[in-house]
Amino acid sequence: MHELSITQSIVDTIAQRLGPAPVHRVRLEIGRLSGVVPDSVRFCFELVTAGTTLEGAELEIDEPTGSARCRSCGSGFETVEVLPLCACGSADVEVLGGNGLRIRDVTYGEVEPCAQPADAQRPTSG
Amino acid sequence: MCATCGCSAADVRVTGPGHTHEHGHGHGHEHPQRTVDLQVDLLAGNDELAARNRRALAERGVVAVNLMSSPGSGKTTLLERTVRDLGGQLPIGVLEGDQETRLDAERIGATGVPAVQINTGAGCHLDADMVDAGLRALAPEAGALVFVENVGNLVCPALFDLGERARVVIMSVTEGADKPLKYPHMFRTADLMLVNKVDLLPYVDFDVARCVSYARRARPDVPVIEISATRGDGLENWYSWLHELRAAPSR
Repeated sequence: MHELSITQSIVDTIAQRLGPAPVHRVRLEIGRLSGVVPDSVRFCFELVTAGTTLEGAELEIDEPTGSARCRSCGSGFETVEVLPLCACGSADVEVLGGNGLRIRDVTYGEVEPCAQPADAQRPTSG
Repeated sequence: MCATCGCSAADVRVTGPGHTHEHGHGHGHEHPQRTVDLQVDLLAGNDELAARNRRALAERGVVAVNLMSSPGSGKTTLLERTVRDLGGQLPIGVLEGDQETRLDAERIGATGVPAVQINTGAGCHLDADMVDAGLRALAPEAGALVFVENVGNLVCPALFDLGERARVVIMSVTEGADKPLKYPHMFRTADLMLVNKVDLLPYVDFDVARCVSYARRARPDVPVIEISATRGDGLENWYSWLHELRAAPSR
């Protein structure tokens, strides 16, 4: 269950970058060949974000399919296998994509409670 | 403009319609949500620490070897034998990773070689931060060979760089020969595969050649050494590989 420590690292990275701003949405890329299970990350995300600025944030995970090229026959193809075989029978295949593991972007709001707007009238005393 | 939310960080772009909310001081206005494009690798935190470990080890001429396998494939037995055989020739230290107990560090410590136990608790693998802490406790002398025995697991340790010079995966002949296909992430990072317990080959149905061909589908040209940590078969080849690793320039 390495997804727990990976998810903790995601949350730490975002909290470090955004400080106290409340996070509304996190978009990740977890390639189909990356060795990380998106459903496990979703499960851990809810646990790990509890009580943080990411609590309740929406988690979107893009899961790009792997792509590969056969060194024997030269053909390119899509795959979900970590060790793909080419249709020509060769196992001499170079994996080109689908290994990606990254935080793509994060949508956040302002720090609450909101400070008084600079253009607001100041309350008068007395 | 709100005095708080006038964000203008360089890597920020504004998307979406934003939201409107009511302030306690009696007026409403709109706060846009902001989207920051991070493009940060999920393992970046670990990878940075691993790079730091690697630099710190290289500066002192210390070579670290990460040993990974299933539970029960003979990592600790191999280490006990290795540190006994090589301990008189060069400085050696061992970091022992297990979820619980100090048993393995005690087994290694009984050989006279310094050993530090890292207990991961709920964790299923060592990461670069744990190894940093372990290395501080071990304080290996300059030029030492440090073995890091990872938690017995063919899945989770595969993704975590520790700052090691080489990654060694151990298979034993009492396991299925098809493990390299079943756990490809582990085998594709291997710099060496050891096939252990070859003294048991007469009693088990294990096809070494098939296992090696599967491992090379994950990592073409990975060197393979057949050993028996108990009977001693192949250990000279293992020691030669370690000596060559130490003599090679750091990557």
